[in-house]
Amino acid sequence: MNADYNMENDKKVTIIDYQLGNLFSVNQACETVGMNAKISSLKEDILNADALILPGVGAFIEAMNNLKALDLVDAIKDKVKTGTPIFGICLGQQLFFTESEEFGAGNGLDLISGVIKRFPEELNGKKIKVPQIAWNKIHSDKQSWKETALKDLQDGEFMYFIHSYYVKPANGSCILTNTNYDGIEFCSAISENNLFATQYHPEKSGEKGLSIYKNWAKNYNLIS
Amino acid sequence: MKTVRIIPRLDIKGPNLVKGIHLEGLRVLGKPSDFAKFYYEQGADELMFMDVVASLYERNSLHDIISETAKKIFIPITVGGGLRTISDIKEVLRAGADKVCLNTAAIKNPNLIKEASRMFGSSTIVVAIEAIKEGEGKYLAYTDNGREYTGVDVFEWAQKVDELGAGEIVITSVDKEGTGQGFDLDLVSKVSSLVSCPIIAHGGAGKKAHVIEVLKKAQADAVMISSLFHYDFIKENESKGSTLEGNVEFLKQKRNFHTFESCSINNLKNTLMDNNIECRL
Repeated sequence: MNADYNMENDKKVTIIDYQLGNLFSVNQACETVGMNAKISSLKEDILNADALILPGVGAFIEAMNNLKALDLVDAIKDKVKTGTPIFGICLGQQLFFTESEEFGAGNGLDLISGVIKRFPEELNGKKIKVPQIAWNKIHSDKQSWKETALKDLQDGEFMYFIHSYYVKPANGSCILTNTNYDGIEFCSAISENNLFATQYHPEKSGEKGLSIYKNWAKNYNLIS
Repeated sequence: MKTVRIIPRLDIKGPNLVKGIHLEGLRVLGKPSDFAKFYYEQGADELMFMDVVASLYERNSLHDIISETAKKIFIPITVGGGLRTISDIKEVLRAGADKVCLNTAAIKNPNLIKEASRMFGSSTIVVAIEAIKEGEGKYLAYTDNGREYTGVDVFEWAQKVDELGAGEIVITSVDKEGTGQGFDLDLVSKVSSLVSCPIIAHGGAGKKAHVIEVLKKAQADAVMISSLFHYDFIKENESKGSTLEGNVEFLKQKRNFHTFESCSINNLKNTLMDNNIECRL
């Protein structure tokens, strides 16, 4: 793992470490596309960053508790308010929202209004396997992908999903992609101002997934 | 839409990729990283690394292999073998694994599943069940690669694992493993019907038809395959004139080889699509 930022690129990207999950692959994806990224739990690394990545493996409540214990909640919110780009992945996307049903209700970062819902155990009498652990297709919603990190992808591209919960934004205008899991249609990516987030794991979705990292970084001039 | 996953399984002993029959009689086949890269390029949906001796000698030697692999391979990696505690799990995740696979420690201390899934999220925790048939419709769970008797009923254990919060279950038929005779359809189908989480069928794939069968008739959500793909890797590399380090002769001995109709991942997936089974191509 990076001990520090790579000095050849002066745009600093902080991968927020809240002591849960696999940051290695996120860091690896950032390095592969040339970002100057660093994994950190320190408030000053968040405040000094040109862009933030909020990764995600783990449980919502545990994640929020850790962010609070590390005193990072206000720092993240303040940075986002001042326009710093932030990229949420999986649980990271869910943390953007108001609250979750996972392991009891808890308050999220509330950057976007909406709730986190769990997949039902059955639909029309048919059992639904939860979590969804699968490669699944992403389809565009009303927003075009052209200006976003998804611009190199085709509608219907396969991405890797692993989750029991999904986001339900209060206002559908932020929805960038939808995905259908065994009959349940859900929002699989959002984009709104400086916020971008995916329920899927681009860092686990092969070369196509890496293009999302590359194009997100290019959009904010984090790489040349 | 629902897609199935094809997961090559790499059994690891020290620095080597190994393969046995009934999880026993291990032979060295080569370098894990060569196989991993080949499978990634061929369209593997995930990779499973299993340290097959870690549980026995109370150690875990996979960290270097995982870190090395995760640098170049951008698909999910599950790691199992010898993981006993929350801190063991944390270390493997930090080394680059996306999920961990528990067996021995989970049977000894089922609460580990609950604790780990609460801490790392259900989807990070995979539980492997090694089943040996003990009579008509009766299976018992074993640990340490089918060596240690536990007396635990497979179906009761699968339900408990699901309730404790595991994200998925690998169900291995030790009787079929490494034989190429096909999956144990009754076993896979019954476990799949009893639990709410996804099921990965393992043990017995000898040809493409076996994979189709387990996905269509036994409601598996994913399949885990070793020999079928390892043989293909070896054939491919031999035809290119590469020299392989491992004990390839073992695999080429007719008594083992003839039960397998090796195929590439891509070829398997095309056949699945032709049979109306959705997967990522």
